[in-house]
Order: sequence, then structure tokens, then C-alpha cells
Amino acid sequence: MKKKKSKFSQALRKWDEGSFDLTDALPEEQIAAPLPEQPYDWQLERPVVRLEQGEISMYRRLYPIFATVLATVMILFLFAAMIALPHTGSTQTPTLNELTDRYVADGMRETGAVNVVAGVILDYRAFDTLGESHVLYSAAIAVLMLLLSLGGVSMEPDPRERLITETDPILRSTAKLIVPLLVVFGVYNICNGHLGPGGGFSGGAIIGAGLILYSLAFGFERLERLLNFKSYRVIVVVALCFYSLAKCYSFYCGANHLESFISPGTPGRIFSAGLILPLNVAVGAVVACTMYGFYSVFKRGRI
Amino acid sequence: MSAMDIFTLMLLGLVLVSGIAACLFHNLLVSLIIYMAYSVIMSIIWAMLEAPDLAITEAAVGAGISSVLMFVTLKKLRDIRKKAQDEKEKEQV
Repeated sequence: MKKKKSKFSQALRKWDEGSFDLTDALPEEQIAAPLPEQPYDWQLERPVVRLEQGEISMYRRLYPIFATVLATVMILFLFAAMIALPHTGSTQTPTLNELTDRYVADGMRETGAVNVVAGVILDYRAFDTLGESHVLYSAAIAVLMLLLSLGGVSMEPDPRERLITETDPILRSTAKLIVPLLVVFGVYNICNGHLGPGGGFSGGAIIGAGLILYSLAFGFERLERLLNFKSYRVIVVVALCFYSLAKCYSFYCGANHLESFISPGTPGRIFSAGLILPLNVAVGAVVACTMYGFYSVFKRGRI
Repeated sequence: MSAMDIFTLMLLGLVLVSGIAACLFHNLLVSLIIYMAYSVIMSIIWAMLEAPDLAITEAAVGAGISSVLMFVTLKKLRDIRKKAQDEKEKEQV
């Protein structure tokens, strides 16, 4: 039973590997039929191509004028909106209401986070943050799909260039000094997100910068033992699932997260503030992996 | 006018100058480096506006990672152009 997988799971596996071909589903005779010849190339008819070939010279002259007019109109709109804004420090601003006082006065007691910003982002406004992070991660997935679909076509860097960067004494000794500091500062930022400035996103970005510097100085192969495509997938999927589930739990208990059984703890300690610390860790792991993954995909076409 | 005011005005002027300069330079490498400087100045301004969270993020993402990604992309573009040129020359020979 286990030997013969269903057709669907086979197709799913192929799709996951990126080798899914829709023509597999077609019967033989349909594939064998020759494609009709195309006498004219529609690509050549595109305005951009015609512009490049100097065919449409009118566009070339009008383009700066249109661009200037458009930019001026946009700038005027922005200035008009800016004039309508209330003055700095005015008591009439619509954002100055009882909500701000509540956050400042009761934020620490209710969320357990000394850093009110973290409390607002990951506790009061959990719904916004969940939507935002889904937008961000779907954008990251789209970029990765786009870059990975270019797939390994002469993406490997020049071996001579690699030799130069990987034996450069200045780069190597600087990386030896700075990478541990960067990673430690990133971890501090993530774990300290509810106590002071920092948080998952910035800490993850700092760790990602450390990983990029390390791979630049010592090559991808040494880092690959720790972070290859497999572990990358596991880390990102587990962190994102945890994030979504934890946030779903928030919504389950009334979306403001205040009636949950997870206590805010003693404000000021590392293990306090309920779900904020684990959420920060999850965000940090995803951001660090994504940053390094972007760099790796940009640099050599795979993770 | 205290020294802090002068410093703030200097930073704001630098932001304006670097923002415009990054658009106007034809050399992409130069405008990328100016863009990095813009991010660093912005992060100092965020720190002065008492938004340290934003300052850290701007310094790490704006000045660090996005610039690195753009540098890599620029290099890749040059490689692609060079390769296309090499092939053209080979065809002509």
C-alpha cells in the first residue's frame, strides 16, 4: 500500500520540486502534434522594444514632460495634505485621545511589557501585526519563487572572484571580530524586545547581516552545515505556524489578549510579558533566515 | 539657537541633499552609497525623535541589508551585461 503513491501526491511532490509539467496530464497524441508556426513575434510589437529601436521618437521627447507633470502633481497633493495636518503638539489632533493615555498608563500592567511599543504591536494591536506579517511573508515568498525559478542558470559566482573575497585578510579578520558581536547583539535585541528598544524584526535583521558577512568572508559551504535549504524551510515554517497559532489564540480569547490564562508576569524580567517574547523569537528567526536566504538566492541562485 | 538645534538643522539639510543626490547621480554605485548615507542620517534622526526601535531597524535594514542586496543585484547586472557583450564579440569573430 505504501509503495504505490496516489497520482495526486505524486503530482504534489513534483510541483513542490518545481518540475511539475502540465503537459504530463495530456494524452500522448496531443503532445506529439506539432505546434503551429508563429510567423510574427508579438514581442517586437511592444512599445518598449519599438522605443528601444528608435521607432517611436515621439515618446522619447514627451516622456520627460509627462514625468515632470506627474511628479509635480503628486508633490502638490502631498503638500496640500501636509497643510491640512494639525500642528505638532496641538491638543486638537485626532490621534490624541483616551487610547494614548490608556496605553501609557496601563500598558505595562496589562501586557507586562516595559517597552510600550512592543506591548502595543504584539498585544493590543495583535490583529494588525498578524495581517502585516502575512503581507510581508507572502511578499518574501513571491520574491523567493521569482528568484528560484531562474534556477541555477550560470548563477554561480566566478571562481576567481570567490578566491579573492575568501582569502582577503582584511575581510576575514574583520568578519572574525564583528560576526560574533553582531549575532550576540541580534539575540540581545530579540530577547530584550519587551524590555527596551529592539524586537524581533530588527534583531532578526542584525543576525541576518551577521550571517551575510560570515558567508561573504568564509564562503557559503561552511555556513551550509548550519543553514541549508532543508533547515531553512523547517525554521521558517515552524516559526510562522507558531506565530499564527499564538495569534489565533489571542483572537480566541477576545482579540485583545487580556483575558488569557498566560499571565503577564513581573514587568522587567526576561521571562515576562506573556506571548511577546516567544513571538519576538519566532519573528526574529524568520527574518534572519529570510534575509540570509535573499542574499544567498541573489548571489548564487539557491539557498 | 542651541548647539542641538544647529545639529538637527544640519541633519535635516543632509537628508534633503542626500535624498536629491541619490536621484540625480547617473552612476548607480554612487547613488547606492549616497542612499546608505541617507539611511544612516535617518536613523540618527529617529533616535533623536525618541524612536529607538525605528532607529535600530532603519540602521540594520535600510543601511545594512537592503544596500547589500542592491550591491549584489548591481554586480549581477554588470555580469549579465558583460556576458552578453562577450557573446556578441565572439559571434563577430
